[in-house]
Amino acid sequence: MTKEKTIAEKQLFTPFNVITGIILLVGVIITILRFTRGIGAVTNLDNNNPWGIWIGFDLLCGVALAAGGYVTSSACYVFGLKKYHSAVRPAILTAFLGYALVVFALHYDVGRPWRLPYPIFLSPGTSSLLFEVGLCVFLYLTVLFIEWTPAAFEWLGFKTIRAWVLRLTLVLTIFGVVLSTLHQSSLGALFQIAPSKLHPLWYSGYLHVYFFISSMFAGMSMVIFEGTLAHKWLHDKMDETHLAEADGVVLGFGKAASFVMMGYVGIKLIGIAVDNNWHYLTTGWGLWFLVELIGFVLFPAILYGMGSREKNTTFIRIAAFWTILGIILNRLNISVIAFNWHLPSADRYVPSFLEVGTTIFIVTVGVVVYKFIATRMPILYEHPEYKEHH
Amino acid sequence: MAISRRKFLTSIGAVIGAGTTGALTKAYGATKTHFNGYPDSFGVLHDITRCIGCRKCEQACNEVNKLNKPERPFDDLKVLDQKRRTGEAAYTVVNKFSGTPDVFAKKQCNHCQEPACASACFVKALKKDKTGAVVYDESLCVGCRYCMVACPFNIPAYTYNDPLSPKVTKCTLCLPRIMEGKLPGCVESCPKEALIFGKRKDLVKIAWKRITDNPGHYLEHVYGEHEMGGTSWLYLSRVPFEKVDMREDLGTTPAPELTSGALGTVPIVVGLWPVLLTGVYAISKRKEKIADEERKEAVQNATDLATTEMNKQLSQLKTKMTKEKDAAVKSEIKKALDAAAKKTAEEAQAAEKPPVTKDAADDDTGNEEE
Amino acid sequence: MEFFTLHDFMTYSKGITYLIMGAILVFMPIYWLYLTDRDD
Repeated sequence: MTKEKTIAEKQLFTPFNVITGIILLVGVIITILRFTRGIGAVTNLDNNNPWGIWIGFDLLCGVALAAGGYVTSSACYVFGLKKYHSAVRPAILTAFLGYALVVFALHYDVGRPWRLPYPIFLSPGTSSLLFEVGLCVFLYLTVLFIEWTPAAFEWLGFKTIRAWVLRLTLVLTIFGVVLSTLHQSSLGALFQIAPSKLHPLWYSGYLHVYFFISSMFAGMSMVIFEGTLAHKWLHDKMDETHLAEADGVVLGFGKAASFVMMGYVGIKLIGIAVDNNWHYLTTGWGLWFLVELIGFVLFPAILYGMGSREKNTTFIRIAAFWTILGIILNRLNISVIAFNWHLPSADRYVPSFLEVGTTIFIVTVGVVVYKFIATRMPILYEHPEYKEHH
Repeated sequence: MAISRRKFLTSIGAVIGAGTTGALTKAYGATKTHFNGYPDSFGVLHDITRCIGCRKCEQACNEVNKLNKPERPFDDLKVLDQKRRTGEAAYTVVNKFSGTPDVFAKKQCNHCQEPACASACFVKALKKDKTGAVVYDESLCVGCRYCMVACPFNIPAYTYNDPLSPKVTKCTLCLPRIMEGKLPGCVESCPKEALIFGKRKDLVKIAWKRITDNPGHYLEHVYGEHEMGGTSWLYLSRVPFEKVDMREDLGTTPAPELTSGALGTVPIVVGLWPVLLTGVYAISKRKEKIADEERKEAVQNATDLATTEMNKQLSQLKTKMTKEKDAAVKSEIKKALDAAAKKTAEEAQAAEKPPVTKDAADDDTGNEEE
Repeated sequence: MEFFTLHDFMTYSKGITYLIMGAILVFMPIYWLYLTDRDD
């Protein structure tokens, strides 16, 4: 009797479960506060700063970092690079959960979340880039869900429907790239409507291009980063193929990311030149801009490059984490740091603890669900009954 | 007149490039590139030089819209010591700008000709009405607050503390009153005629007339005539507009044009990406197929070559062995003949000698037959 | 059909554009299948 009890306790009260449990509990409390006392009770948002970290981090960073889904699946299925095959399912799972969490987070941020279907089904504001973002996210979430279902079907044993869904792979992948291009870029374009509020070094007519291109190396970096974490914490769930292909994925994405990041630095410089904004580089904001562009894009790009040339996966893994920090910095700069730069400091926005708490809660939900799925469904391994011939 | 091919191709490229760029940035129709707004829309002319900061307009607005009464009453002019912005229960505010003399200016929704808020709204909750008013429909609003991000004048406010029915708040241009032929509350209450209501196109003329009739009294600028593509609220001032918190760096590009470039690339991506990506897929599949075929052919060739080589070697071996066999046979025959000859010789010799023990030399050397 | 504001024009034209986009996304896969049906 006592032995069984001990075993049951051991399984339930792991450090992971305890910590995530506390976070989830706090999250539920914040949720109740949000919907009984309003957004104002939980955030530091005000009339000058209508968007805070729920948009700047949860939405913008969430979407950018979930880009691994379209990058990996297109590398494998459209460009025919088979060596990325084992990385596709984890990337799709991350993307699916990432976008689902973005929609989840949106329910906290918008005033009347039950009206979220309105722009698509009732009254489309087609002149708005936010309409385009909403439509694309909605469609893409559907695509990702469908792309994820084969893993679930294998777990559940639904052979026929699984086979049928797999026939859609190419169409879904291409559709996914189309939708990703659109919403990744449109999130950047959102800010193009407010040139008077965003600092000139970050404001550009090319914002939509910058967001799209940076989503590519954001996605690749996340695939590498998550692969590194999964290798550490979910190693026993990985099959031979996955383990054998892992380094190839890291090296391949490392090289690709390095190249794309260099291109990105180039088009950023073009953006400054086109608006003749060089003189801003010598200001305080200019320094901060260079910290972002040189410190968090150029430098990790070079490290990626070195790792790629010398086949050093450690360099690449460090560069991946560094790049992710850079993406987060860029999205936060555009949404809350360099946004409203004109306002006196008393009027500037700083997130509240509860806002940060909500964000941590949402990320934790994602981690917990990811772990649940990856430990039970064929994500990191191929189900023995459905081994693909490739 | 010979034009070099390079020059010709470059100029074609330039034309295509310019055309495409033009299409991308001015993605709004070849027939009508200029929009003039609703012809008889209304507006308000605010002559800042006449404002005394009495706040009667704020009070009227509050009463007409039945808003919550503020903490400090409207006749408390000490309120003006702090700069205020519009808020939930303050669709309009008057601010004081210290100087000799102090200058006062009223701020509220400018009811832009091309409202950024309407352009931003993804559910069409904000619309420019033909009367000129930018109207907010609470029944559609989802509460995304993008309109607040978009408004260059920072006007819309939000009822953040309402948990279930929060809404955007801003000046309505008293549309219900206008429809009844009345004046907006603020205009009616102004004791100094700092606010005049009328058709926008008339107000622009009146504004310029005031400027030219009073040389040196006003800045030669009617704020709102062109800013952000033009607004329905027009302003006259003696002091630079920056000094009364009215930004002069907003430019004249209307908000919808700021996003039309990005919005214009959306359908092109949808039209072209599937084609290009499917093309990449098809090419990569074709390359795979060709690589497969080449591999098969190479394997086949290698096999053929190996077989040929092996056959060649086998026949060489065969020839060699036949030769060896023949040679061996020949040598055996020779041996046999020699042995026979020797035997005959020995027998002949033995006939002359006494019989000795025979040593039957077995000359069966036993050739290894194939 | 007269448009008084750029915004009205864009709302209308983009609305039609979105419908065309939907049609493209339906038609293209079908057409692709038609082109590649008889490939070995």
